[in-house]
Amino acid sequence: MFRTFLVGIVLGLAATGAGLYYFPAVNQIRERSLIVVHPNQGNTESFHINVPTDRILIGAPGRENPLPAGLEWPDDLQFAGLRSELFKIRNGKDAVVGVASRLAASNADTGDIIEWVLHLPARGSVYMTLQTEPSERGQRLGRLLSGTREFAKMRGTVSESWVADTSAAEDSGAGRIELLTAFVSTEFEDEAVVE
Amino acid sequence: MKYLVSLLVGMLVGAATFLVFLYLNPLTTANKLSPLSVSNNDLMSLNYSAVAADALLYTNDGESQVAPHPAKVLQLWEPPIRRTDALVTSLSDSRSQNVGIGIKFSSDSESSNILNGQAIVDSVWHIYLPGRGSLFVNQSENYWGYLRNIVVPAHWNSGDSWRGIWNGSTTVGPGALGTASVIGGSGEFAGLDTEGVESLAAQAYTVAAGPVAMNGELLIELPRPAAAIAADP
Repeated sequence: MFRTFLVGIVLGLAATGAGLYYFPAVNQIRERSLIVVHPNQGNTESFHINVPTDRILIGAPGRENPLPAGLEWPDDLQFAGLRSELFKIRNGKDAVVGVASRLAASNADTGDIIEWVLHLPARGSVYMTLQTEPSERGQRLGRLLSGTREFAKMRGTVSESWVADTSAAEDSGAGRIELLTAFVSTEFEDEAVVE
Repeated sequence: MKYLVSLLVGMLVGAATFLVFLYLNPLTTANKLSPLSVSNNDLMSLNYSAVAADALLYTNDGESQVAPHPAKVLQLWEPPIRRTDALVTSLSDSRSQNVGIGIKFSSDSESSNILNGQAIVDSVWHIYLPGRGSLFVNQSENYWGYLRNIVVPAHWNSGDSWRGIWNGSTTVGPGALGTASVIGGSGEFAGLDTEGVESLAAQAYTVAAGPVAMNGELLIELPRPAAAIAADP
């Protein structure tokens, strides 16, 4: 019986080791990526934010109705020109796939900036800067400054646009922010053009 | 029957022995020295409180140990973002002056490997310092030391809490020396491509609420301008 006990110990050691080796400690849930491949234009992917339902935070000094309720945003003068926002972001199928931050700042020393960070837990993050003035078509254009993991070797552009919801549906919101990314891997940048 | 019981008891003892060895494994307990501590460049220190209730905003799936703050903040309950936290906090410099706003997204990483003592979190910071500019910090963090030295002892403690002094660097990549990647976006940081390290200093933790007294520090290396080399007159 003692010999059986010893065999059990060895089996327990092996089973625990094998279990920890073969079963991942973390398994992020993925939504299918909806990427469109364009000839010589890189790959475009569309994300959007339903406003106001996907808005987590509006951080700006002096707001009478802070979002979320109870938020105590600093009133320092140095933050007077800063507006920070947090959102959930959705893919083309309207499924939440990540979170995003948008910083818009107006400062005499640093100039005006609009920046986005998109964080997609199963894929990586992207850091993008945009022009502060929208184009004639109402879009803000920008570029990818840095990416992580899946986006680490990407370069490309992004456009931000506001699409107002004109439907008369009861559950309709104010509209949506659309982000259209056009990324191409730097491994193939000689073969493709991203402008 | 007695052989089956003996086998099962043996397996339980074997599994417990394995887990104890993992917990006590000396190869995974070393608290490494920050690679930036030997840097010749200037270092910018950005400090924040790592207690959720002290943050401007903290949110998660709403079912985790640490409660979102403020209470009515939108929670990240959808399956693809359920293992993600978002933190918005004021950042102060080494003189405790409020110098900016930092937004941190953290997600449990699929590269976590308990066998190697790796409880990895993929995180990014989006930072704005008024009058200076903006930064993006990308890092992998290993919370194994934090779990081993604070969280597990707190659960073992009869008071369901931990008190003490624990300092640890959490950044383990993606830099070859275990540093974070820091990219400048605007202002004086525009075009910057440098490294950083995040560390935690914990004093108190409770099982019910998570960290009660804990501060974080982001240390960012600022390369000196290249000295102009002129011919010797």
